[in-house]
Amino acid sequence: MTTPWLTVLWVLPMLGAIVVALVPAARPTVARSVAVGFAAGTLAVSVALAVSFDSGGDRYQFVEDHSWIAAFGARYTLGLDGIGLVLVLLTTVLTPLLLVAGWYDGSRVANYGSRRVSHTYMALILVVESMVLVSFLALDVLLFYIFFEAMLIPMYFLIGGFGGVHRTRAAVKFLLYNLFGGLVMLAAVIGLYVVTARPDGPFDGGTFDLRAIADAAASGELGVDPTVLNALFLGFMFAFAIKAPLWPFHSWLPDAAVQSTPATAVLMMSVVDKVGTFAMLRFCLELFPGSSQTFAPWIITLAVIGIVYGAILAIGQTDMMRLIAYTSISHFGFIILGIFAMTGQSQAGATLYMVNHGISTAALFLIAGFLVSRRGSRAIADYGGVQKVAPVLAGTFLISGLATLSLPGLAPFVSEFLVLIGTFGRYGVAAIVAAGALVLSAIYILWLYQRVMTGPVREGNETVPDLVRRELAVVVPLIALLIVLGVYPKPALDVITPAVQSTIVDSSGGQR
Amino acid sequence: MTTPEVQYGLLAPMLIVFSVAVLGVLVEAFVPLRARRITHVGLALAGLVAALAAILGLAGTEASAMSGAVAIDGPTLFLQGTIVLVSIPAIALLAERTVAVTGAGAERRIDSFTPQASTTPGSVAEKEAIDAGVAQTEVFPLAMFAIGGMLLFPASTDLLTMFVALEVLSLPLYLLCGLARRRRLLSQEAALKYFLLGAFSSAFFLFGVAFLYGYAGTVRLDGIADAIAVDGQGRSLALIGTALLAVGLLFKVGAVPFHSWIPDVYQGAPTPVTALMATVTKVAAFGAILRIFGVALPGLESSWRPMLWVVAIATMVLGSVVAVTQTDVKRMLAYSSVAHTGFILTGVTALGDSGEVGDSGVSATMFYLLAYAFSTLGGFAIIGLARDERGEVSDLERWAGIGRRSPLVAAVFGLFLLSFAGIPLTSGFIGKFAVFSAASGAGGAALVVVGVVCSAIAAFFYVRVIVLMFFTGPGERTATIVRPTASVSCAIGVSVVVTVALGVFPQPVLDLAARAGNFL
Repeated sequence: MTTPWLTVLWVLPMLGAIVVALVPAARPTVARSVAVGFAAGTLAVSVALAVSFDSGGDRYQFVEDHSWIAAFGARYTLGLDGIGLVLVLLTTVLTPLLLVAGWYDGSRVANYGSRRVSHTYMALILVVESMVLVSFLALDVLLFYIFFEAMLIPMYFLIGGFGGVHRTRAAVKFLLYNLFGGLVMLAAVIGLYVVTARPDGPFDGGTFDLRAIADAAASGELGVDPTVLNALFLGFMFAFAIKAPLWPFHSWLPDAAVQSTPATAVLMMSVVDKVGTFAMLRFCLELFPGSSQTFAPWIITLAVIGIVYGAILAIGQTDMMRLIAYTSISHFGFIILGIFAMTGQSQAGATLYMVNHGISTAALFLIAGFLVSRRGSRAIADYGGVQKVAPVLAGTFLISGLATLSLPGLAPFVSEFLVLIGTFGRYGVAAIVAAGALVLSAIYILWLYQRVMTGPVREGNETVPDLVRRELAVVVPLIALLIVLGVYPKPALDVITPAVQSTIVDSSGGQR
Repeated sequence: MTTPEVQYGLLAPMLIVFSVAVLGVLVEAFVPLRARRITHVGLALAGLVAALAAILGLAGTEASAMSGAVAIDGPTLFLQGTIVLVSIPAIALLAERTVAVTGAGAERRIDSFTPQASTTPGSVAEKEAIDAGVAQTEVFPLAMFAIGGMLLFPASTDLLTMFVALEVLSLPLYLLCGLARRRRLLSQEAALKYFLLGAFSSAFFLFGVAFLYGYAGTVRLDGIADAIAVDGQGRSLALIGTALLAVGLLFKVGAVPFHSWIPDVYQGAPTPVTALMATVTKVAAFGAILRIFGVALPGLESSWRPMLWVVAIATMVLGSVVAVTQTDVKRMLAYSSVAHTGFILTGVTALGDSGEVGDSGVSATMFYLLAYAFSTLGGFAIIGLARDERGEVSDLERWAGIGRRSPLVAAVFGLFLLSFAGIPLTSGFIGKFAVFSAASGAGGAALVVVGVVCSAIAAFFYVRVIVLMFFTGPGERTATIVRPTASVSCAIGVSVVVTVALGVFPQPVLDLAARAGNFL
């Protein structure tokens, strides 16, 4: 029997969470080290998977398939394709860095006598990692749904338990938005089951097998009333649009990002929210190709509004973290635009964008977080001239900022370019408006840098220390990735492109 | 006239429980006070375990007993198994005696029940009874009688037997409700309310039985079904009878508009009794509903299905909306149990939709009942642990910060709340999925949409409790969590295991419920 590597991949961090929770309360450093160890182990497994992944081979590789809940037609099916692979790598690379970045977060909160706060923090991050990995690997709709919903709970405790003064409110808002989206999706999931369970359908009994349903949908054998399919598509899309988030379902994100710790916020924006955009590509497009084409113009409109809206609001922010959160809303607009433009270039660009946005936001947000932790203020107005006292901090911040505004040579440029040229052929106006937003992104980043880092040293900033070794250990790999993927994105595109091509074939099949 | 033959083997589970109850009465009379409690507990647990063994021995049986008054079939055995399984930890809760720290610093172990129910609350006689350390150990035989009635309720195949079972299960519960140690007036008020309304609803039930007898000339469920099938017109008597019967049954499960007793009684009754009522009573009553609608009244389906639709929607909406405004944990869980009654009713509306193995409405409902009963039992067990120097604390605001002081207990309570909210990886999610997909398959897509919206509302107040426990700092008035005794820890532990196991690997139990989905 071959080793079920995909199961190992997600079980490892879950196991790590349990081990971390069992470390004696008096040994927080041991707990942290164990957590980082498990995250590194998961990274090693994912790298091994990436090395043995055959980009010219089957679409889904390392497939595992076992009986699970036969009564609902759900199976435990995992598989990895090129899209999933790059996102798995993003997750496994970022998690150990976030654990190191949040090394002392657990000891900063008021603990009311509880001595296991650090342990809890580390364990929760590992649980989130594990659940995110399952959702990138699941080839069964119910299996995906269960982890898609379940990851809200550890995320909720991460936001509500650690972070700013108004974190409880932000956590509840986060949970209720996402839970509501998830419950609407539940109705659609049940509807999908009922649709596939029809006696005159192509399946014997109800099923949640993504590949089987997608094949039937692509070849037009599903034989379901398009109105029903449209309703189901909207049910799925609603949940993913809240998760991603797509304008106008975004309003939970800035609060949650500002109130949580930087590591939590990055985990949320760079990793967890990617499940939403990933699921649009994997589930909406594959299960409902016809409906996706019907609604694509509407979703693209919302995405473009989101791109411009996020950028304009980012310019107006006075709070550094909030500013970065709004830039993310703008970037999520680009990703969704690329997905629903439905060309090979735009979707390959969107997938690469998910990875690049994950890395660049992580770098920008974490460095800003390191700065904030030195002064205890998030207000832009409190800073000035930091580059004179902390040149390394300012320099790395500039590089990640330039990446965010898609400077050629840094990673996000490639993906943004692909999205725009891929979109232009089909939705010219959308591409032009989105390209216009690039100017806005230059404003919000450069103006932020100018106010915080340049000029005379503002009162209170004279003694801001530069990045310490632990912080450099987090920042340097991120910057290196931004540069490497900017100069040489070919390996990533090589695995993404075949996967995206088959998505396109599947999702245009309904029209053939 | 020949005497009916008694099939002792088939009736063994009920006979065991009833004989333990009768023995309990004798224990009350002959065993000295000191040894009484331990004898009662041992006897009750042994009886329940024996009953469980008997049920397992009968697995797969499809037979009728007592000249056709009782059916031992799939649903009966599944539901009886559920009732007995949940009753074992419930008895452990009844027997719980926690350490109370009295004002003088002296410690003594006290149970949840008044030492002498006949004394006036606050009187000298009451104080003397407390000081003398007497105890109202009759709770054990009373509970066993109630459990016996519950075992018979879903098994009865004629309406008179069903009525007798209803009364046998209800009367001891009325009494048990009035026995709280603390806030005795509230408890007595709850008991009186429950008794008056319960008696009223029993009268409705009996009235319905009379109408159906007048229509069909028999009280046997299959006889009524035959009469309806034969007779095409003139069903008004049958319809009136069905409606009255439904009132009696919907009262017992606490469906809107017959839910008004639930919050008062759940709040006033001693917490272990509330746990008993919220779990096994609901299982038994839903069992009876399934049997009546599934066996006797399939011919009137077009009349009762819309009625159940309306009741299910009203129950889900009212339960979840009103629960949002509650400030008392027990009342909140009471309204939440109303909302869950609505969710279970969506499963009942799918009755008659035959799946591959069994009736998917029946099996989905039964699975939900099993999952819900364990989570609810665990939830009430934990509520019983929150104390101050005067006794139980159920004010929500005094639960603030419990998660900081007793992380494990709060985490377990959080798990039960998440299960109620239907979050994946808990049994609540699988249960909800089962009833919603059954209802959806039977053409109830609108019901599912209402159910989903209500779940979202319900999630709000469950999450609020979690926020309160974990994200609010403890204040001076925060309740202390007493250390549970070993037996209660076991009860809670079992509930946790069932809640998680049914959430992750539900297939064996779903299979069991599907195979047990056919009425005789």
